[in-house]
Amino acid sequence: MAILQQIIDRRLSGKNKSIGNRERFLRRYRGQIQEAVRRAVSGRNIRELEQGEDVTLPRHDVSEPVFGHARGGDREYVHPGNQEYLKGDRIARPEGQAGGGSGSGEAGDGGEGEDDFVFRLTREEFMRVFFDDLALPHLIRTQIAEVPEWKSHRAGFTSDGSPNNLHVVRSMRGALARRIALGGEPRKDLKRLEAHLRHLKAHPQAEQALIKNEIRETEEQIAELRRTMRHVPYIDPIDLRYRNRVKTPVPSAKAVMFCLMDVSGSMDEARKDMAKRFFMLLYMFLTRHYETIDLVFLRHHTQAQEVTEEEFFHATETGGTVVSSALVLMDEIIKARYPSGEWNVYGAQASDGDNWHQDSGRCRELLVDHILPVVRYYAYVQVAETEQNLWQEYAQLEGIEPNFAMRKVSDARDIYPVFRDLFKKEGVPA
Amino acid sequence: MERLPSPSDWTFDLIETYHAEIAKTAKSFGLDVYPNQLEVITAEQMMDAYASVGMPMIYRHWSYGKQFIATEKNYRRGHMGLAYEIVINSDPCIAYLMEENTMAMQALVIAHAAYGHNSFFKGNYLFRMWTDASSIIDYLVYARHYIAECEERHGLDAVEQLLDSCHALMNYGVDRYRRPQKRSLAQESTQRADRERHMQQQVNDLWRTLPRKSEHTTESDSSRRFPSEPQENLLYFIEKNAALLEPWQREVVRIVRKIAQYFYPQRQTQVMNEGWATFWHYTLLNTMYDRGQLADGFMMEWLSSHTGVIFQPPVGHRAYSGINPYALGFSMFTELRRICEKPTEEDRRWFPDFAGTDWVKTLDYAMRNFKDESFVGQFLSPKTMRDFRLFSIRDHQSEPELEVSAIHDDSGYQALRESLSRQYDIGSREPDIQVWNVNMRGDRALTLRHTQRNNLPLHDDAEEVLKHVARLWGFDVHLESVDAQGHISRSWKAAAPRQTD
Repeated sequence: MAILQQIIDRRLSGKNKSIGNRERFLRRYRGQIQEAVRRAVSGRNIRELEQGEDVTLPRHDVSEPVFGHARGGDREYVHPGNQEYLKGDRIARPEGQAGGGSGSGEAGDGGEGEDDFVFRLTREEFMRVFFDDLALPHLIRTQIAEVPEWKSHRAGFTSDGSPNNLHVVRSMRGALARRIALGGEPRKDLKRLEAHLRHLKAHPQAEQALIKNEIRETEEQIAELRRTMRHVPYIDPIDLRYRNRVKTPVPSAKAVMFCLMDVSGSMDEARKDMAKRFFMLLYMFLTRHYETIDLVFLRHHTQAQEVTEEEFFHATETGGTVVSSALVLMDEIIKARYPSGEWNVYGAQASDGDNWHQDSGRCRELLVDHILPVVRYYAYVQVAETEQNLWQEYAQLEGIEPNFAMRKVSDARDIYPVFRDLFKKEGVPA
Repeated sequence: MERLPSPSDWTFDLIETYHAEIAKTAKSFGLDVYPNQLEVITAEQMMDAYASVGMPMIYRHWSYGKQFIATEKNYRRGHMGLAYEIVINSDPCIAYLMEENTMAMQALVIAHAAYGHNSFFKGNYLFRMWTDASSIIDYLVYARHYIAECEERHGLDAVEQLLDSCHALMNYGVDRYRRPQKRSLAQESTQRADRERHMQQQVNDLWRTLPRKSEHTTESDSSRRFPSEPQENLLYFIEKNAALLEPWQREVVRIVRKIAQYFYPQRQTQVMNEGWATFWHYTLLNTMYDRGQLADGFMMEWLSSHTGVIFQPPVGHRAYSGINPYALGFSMFTELRRICEKPTEEDRRWFPDFAGTDWVKTLDYAMRNFKDESFVGQFLSPKTMRDFRLFSIRDHQSEPELEVSAIHDDSGYQALRESLSRQYDIGSREPDIQVWNVNMRGDRALTLRHTQRNNLPLHDDAEEVLKHVARLWGFDVHLESVDAQGHISRSWKAAAPRQTD
């Protein structure tokens, strides 16, 4: 009998078949997911931004309605495992449900009851939502996600390449080796035959017909061998060697990012959150370019101090504002710890623009004389609308100083234009 | 007989060897099956299969994404082992073997799915009547392409909403009481263009009379009823009569309806289907063991899994969630065999037609001609009721307490059997909701009627489902819940969706 059977190994095909369904699922709950990502962003440290996140959706939101029976009515239901009951026994109705397990057969999905629906966003999905929030154009996303600088260097030889990379010595060496290898056997035979020929010619009875014959045969064999040897090509495509070059990404060695923020009373939570996103994005941008990144947090009211990230975002002080104090401190720290020959220095300042009015001019001078010459880039974001004297002072620098950019940010999506400037400065078309 | 090699790791050759032996054994019992296609897959692919309702492929929809996430989560946390068997009712019959399984488990799956379920799909009357195994895969491929095309042409949102609405009515896309037209799914896709034209024509005829201002309301209300008798197949009714649906939307409704129809027999034969497959893996592997083909360790391994599958937690147990269909089905088929081979006095009284007959023939007859409801009604034996210690609870809303109405004793067997049979009747499990009336002359509102059985009220989801109906119908939709006396005890209304275009 012929058994009709077939065994197919499907393990390598159709991986990730559900991806399209997952995308649709995420699309459907975009609003809630965005909200969850926002919450996560404000709860995370700058360095921890790039991770997945658990998202919780209320069970009701993901349920799919169908017609079904509710509790109540008159039913009869059969159960297994009777221990003590006899016909006619009466049982108190269990709390919270009508009639022992009347719902079986109409159970919800997977018996998960009323729990919320929790699932994990992958790092990629999380970042996508984060970028969406900032309204980053796609081009920029890929640039942020890529390592922008490549260094090409030699890496041995390959057997194919373009003619300009042909390595002549290497190729000829190969050809020689091949000729030796292919000509080995015939050469041995040739030596043997030539010796034999000499021996024959030196023979006293060299004139005898028998010997003569042998001489002629030997000479023919020698000629044949020489012909063969001539057919070993002098150079063959197989011998060619090309210089191989590979590109490796170069993260320039080291960068330091100064985060300056005003913590006077007027900086409320929402404004700090905005500033934080700006710092996060800058940090991410830097991680694509540099191997090690130091973060320095400077906060100021009337005086500046260096603090941890935790204190930076979560401490509120009151009092006036003297912005220059932070710039002075930044300058000192650069001189002390981050000589600009070794470090790429970036500065990012967030403030609501409120400043002691006699201080703003000084800020501009500090920037021009001390800071801008040693930093790669300095960005100022004002998280408030009103233009006060600090804004006006800084505005004089814009367009004159190539590595300075400033923006007003009243919404997360306003943060990106600062970056557009940044990318322009980096010589990447945006 | 030769002892088969039994290392714990499987190889393709071993699977072939075992499959050949299992096939021979199955043939000796006369099991009639579709040709088999065994597919080795990974755990992730198994979860995929779960998420796409056990189908090798299905159109894309967010709900399958949700299902996948839920399955994966439970699997990762160890809340559930992946069931080791998913099998597709198709010709050839596709059974999945998970790569993580040991050889003993693979043999179990082959016997269970490729010979048990497979022969059930091929033999049971509901499947023969309702499903078209030879072309289901092609149809699913067509459905997936068609819906992907719709997404491109009409946007993801429009298609998603339409599918959401169809899914809400999926259980009402089947003719329960009428024999379906036997039309091969293969013809479905080829005739699409003709059908679209024809259907639009019909809809146009139906709505040709322009709605007039109702001057003589009394007259117009009673003049003509449409539909002339209640319709149980809501999706079919919508597909044929909803005035505002585009041709592509009609086709999508049809696709969901066809797929719902394909699953309809499975919803009605769970106990039989699982019981049959479990009975046969047990019987086939034991037969092979008796013939000296299987090693002891091998037997121990699949038996421990088997025992887990047929465990019935008693009521009140933490793991209790109703009667386990594997346990009940396995017990009933095993009992039936015993009644044929070694009938007792009691069996002769209860089963005069079957006691002492050829068990293979009798089981085959039972498998072919019943569904859960009638199978339980016909074959549930007193011994099974005693083994399970079954008892029935009466729960009437008018009474403060529950009452034990029957237990596993002489006076209760008959009542228990009838009660359990009713429990498996799909008509009593799902609310009876039918198309009742369409207001042809006025606002074109559609009225659905829920006929209460035993005063069971509708779940609150009804309101949400009704919105979906309104989206499909395009005009207002009413739902009336009617009690035994014919009074409308509750009603819902969903307003027509606003026309955006």
